[in-house]
Amino acid sequence: MTERIRLVVDGKPTLLDADPALPLLYALRSELGLNNPKFGCGLAQCGACTVHVDGQPTRSCVMPVGAVRGKTITTIAGLGTPDQPHPLQAAYIAEQVPQCGYCLSGWMMTAAALLRDRPRPTDAQIREALAGLKCRCGTHMAILRAVKRAATS
Amino acid sequence: MNHASFTRRDVLKAGGALVVSFMMPGPVDTALGQTPTTIGSRPPLTPDELDSWVAVLPDGSVTAFFGKMDMGQGVDTAIGQIVADELDVAFDRVQVVMGDTAFTCNQGGASGSTGIQNGGVTLRYAAAEARRLLVERAAQRLAVPVEKLTVQDGVVSVIGDARRTASYGELIGGGHFHHKLDWNQKYGNPLLAKGQAAPKKPSDYTIVGKSIPQKIVTEKVYGTLRYVTDVKVDGMLHARIIRPPAAGCGPVAVDESSIAGIPGVRIVREKELVAVVAEHEWDAVRAATTLKVTWAPPRMPFPTMEKLYDHIREAKAIGRQVPIERGDAAAALKAASRVVEADYEWPFQSHASMGPACAVADVRADQATVWTGSQKPHYGRDGVAKLLGLPRERVRAIWVPGPGSYGRNDAGDAAMDAALLSRRVGQPVRVQYMRNDSTGWDPKGPAGVYRGRAGLDAQGNVVAYEFFGKGFTRQDVATNESDPKDTLAGQLTGFAPKPTLIFQVPAEAYDFPNKRCGWECIAPLLDRASPLRTGHLRDPLGPETHFASESFIDEVAHAAGADPVAFRLKYVRDPRHAAVIKAAAERARWSPRPSPNPRGGQGNLMVGRGFSYTERNGTIVAAVAEVEVDRRSGRVWAKKFTVAHDCGLIINPKGLELTIEGNVVMAVSRTLFEEVAFDHDQVLSVDWTSYPILEIQDAPEQIDIVLINRPEKAATGAGEPATRTVPAAIANAIFDATGVRIRRVPITPARVRAALARV
Ligand code: FES
Ligand code: FES
Repeated sequence: MTERIRLVVDGKPTLLDADPALPLLYALRSELGLNNPKFGCGLAQCGACTVHVDGQPTRSCVMPVGAVRGKTITTIAGLGTPDQPHPLQAAYIAEQVPQCGYCLSGWMMTAAALLRDRPRPTDAQIREALAGLKCRCGTHMAILRAVKRAATS
Repeated sequence: MNHASFTRRDVLKAGGALVVSFMMPGPVDTALGQTPTTIGSRPPLTPDELDSWVAVLPDGSVTAFFGKMDMGQGVDTAIGQIVADELDVAFDRVQVVMGDTAFTCNQGGASGSTGIQNGGVTLRYAAAEARRLLVERAAQRLAVPVEKLTVQDGVVSVIGDARRTASYGELIGGGHFHHKLDWNQKYGNPLLAKGQAAPKKPSDYTIVGKSIPQKIVTEKVYGTLRYVTDVKVDGMLHARIIRPPAAGCGPVAVDESSIAGIPGVRIVREKELVAVVAEHEWDAVRAATTLKVTWAPPRMPFPTMEKLYDHIREAKAIGRQVPIERGDAAAALKAASRVVEADYEWPFQSHASMGPACAVADVRADQATVWTGSQKPHYGRDGVAKLLGLPRERVRAIWVPGPGSYGRNDAGDAAMDAALLSRRVGQPVRVQYMRNDSTGWDPKGPAGVYRGRAGLDAQGNVVAYEFFGKGFTRQDVATNESDPKDTLAGQLTGFAPKPTLIFQVPAEAYDFPNKRCGWECIAPLLDRASPLRTGHLRDPLGPETHFASESFIDEVAHAAGADPVAFRLKYVRDPRHAAVIKAAAERARWSPRPSPNPRGGQGNLMVGRGFSYTERNGTIVAAVAEVEVDRRSGRVWAKKFTVAHDCGLIINPKGLELTIEGNVVMAVSRTLFEEVAFDHDQVLSVDWTSYPILEIQDAPEQIDIVLINRPEKAATGAGEPATRTVPAAIANAIFDATGVRIRRVPITPARVRAALARV
């Protein structure tokens, strides 16, 4: 059954008519036409679909859109802009992190929440916070450098 | 995206001007917003036309047309550097267009780390030739001989009279060269086209050799880059493919009523291919999981996993080669005072790309356009043309960055599925695989067994060396999708697969007096669409073969009581190879001693170091791995790598380092974690839980890279070579730490515990 659902997406108040059971990922991509987040597994196993829901990193592929009514959704495109980059975005560019880049939503949205809650994480804390995310291109070394750079910037 | 179909005239805007007339079908804008702009009639897109490679736009900026591809390592940045340097224009004035068959010649796509090694050569020649012609034009216009001219930032000026200038934009901006190159008549990797101009001497490079960042990184980081998964075409439908639960079984019956509850879904069945197509993507996803299909009874084509290596050893060889044969290894082995012998095993592995493949196809009566993330869009175009029975000129493939690619993954299959379905439903179709389609059904890296035998004389010198690999060919499906028989869609609709038998021998420079290296291939397990069909996965058979060969060299060194580095250097006489080995050892502060580590085995955490060295198509890599082995859990942490890398002339050092890091980390993953699980009739590795890969807690603490730049040597590849060096470095370090030799990959904690329990 289609229902009217209110969201704030990357700062914009948004209305959407959708089945509340529809995964947030499909609501954002198919219904609202956003290109982030990405579909990686649909199984909460990789992180490619990660967005912030009221600031919490959330795997949108398994989150029904009906469960996030009225909430604030942020994708990597809402993290910052070239004029006002999020420190992580600046660090990712400085470190030239992405290869294919398809994994970025998981790593960046998770690390952004980590740095907000713990501005000076240790290497072990970073690794712990980013556990469970996948990057098939193997950019992990650059990811670690970028998160540390963002933390000290 | 605005989709307009047209045939003859394509009006493109950029740099304030127009145009081109193409015979190509397709949308007005191109995938990457790449908008080559030239005025008047463009010569045909053939490799012997300079205009096929380089264009100068009205504003004097340069477009280079690259017929290979970048998969995220920055090859296109390197190509831009090469072109900018040859043309003497600033780097940011060069735009590299790649992956659109309407604008680029087939240089083979991303293939075997040859982006710069092969692809860059023609671009360099073409840019040098363009500069020569532009300087000639300037000489005429300024009425001075060419020797009196110099070029800086795209402006030709008279030496000693800097006010007399002519810019590239003024000289040709927007026009065409209409100039022939000397082309070797080949397409793909061997394509070579040259003009009369001699390229610059390496000592004159000002842009090549600089760590220029990749522009596209910024788009990725701000989330503005459009991937193939983001392509939207007017009237586009969403499709999902239904793969059989058991390998090799076709559909017997499809129960349409099973998805009656999901409105607007259409079932497409063509021979053995079953798909659902819907207007809304989620409906297609739901329909694909809900649809009831009755499949033919299982065929049980696979051995059980425990029997895999026995199967390989016992199976009849259907292909055999002995590419390396020097002296008489058999006789020398007989005469040797001691023989060392060991067997190694490597499993099937999956590309497991970050995202499942996606493609969009718009097939019309007499033309087709395909948006694909494939490494080889030109070959994809050829395959789609063949599948549809269209002339190649009527099909346009447009590459859009895909969700990761390390060879012949599932991208080519998705493109062919999309084309087939679009033809059937008469509308543009977007196919995106689900995770289980991607990990479960992508072409696999082949499983194999490897045996080394070495003969030592009484002094511990190697007098004989023999190395044989046996396994599944690396090409059940070809390196590209230019023929429907090499795709699932083709194989399910009547194009019988036809494997090419090709395997691998070690690539190194050990100068053993009697040396014999060869391989044998066995038949595929299933003669039709198979989830265990093999295809090229990053450095095809490189990590497999060199895990075995470089582990074995260590075993021989151990038998000879020698330090592993000194032992290698004793037999590697090629100075360039030796220099790489020494560079890695020196940087890692390698102190000579035989393995195992006398201080490695105490306590719960054992530490060791391992060495490995390999060559790949001209690129030489040596690596030192330093590992920790947890005696209780069996966990191996490959904590530190020191990698020395010589790929000739370095175009972009930072890009090269990042590329090497990616190789190392992915190879650690393949060595320690990855194995395709299967049973008698299906692949059981279908997601990230059943096909685990490395996660960040297992990433090394440090990867220390020594780049050896050899400007006088042609640039060779970097996208794969370090991959093959890593596995044996880890296995050798485990031996150093524990005194236990592990000869089967992946080196999982359970296998480590079992091996430690045996001693
Ligand atoms: S797509 Fe959601 S976790 Fe993989
Ligand atoms: S950059 Fe390709 S998967 Fe992370």
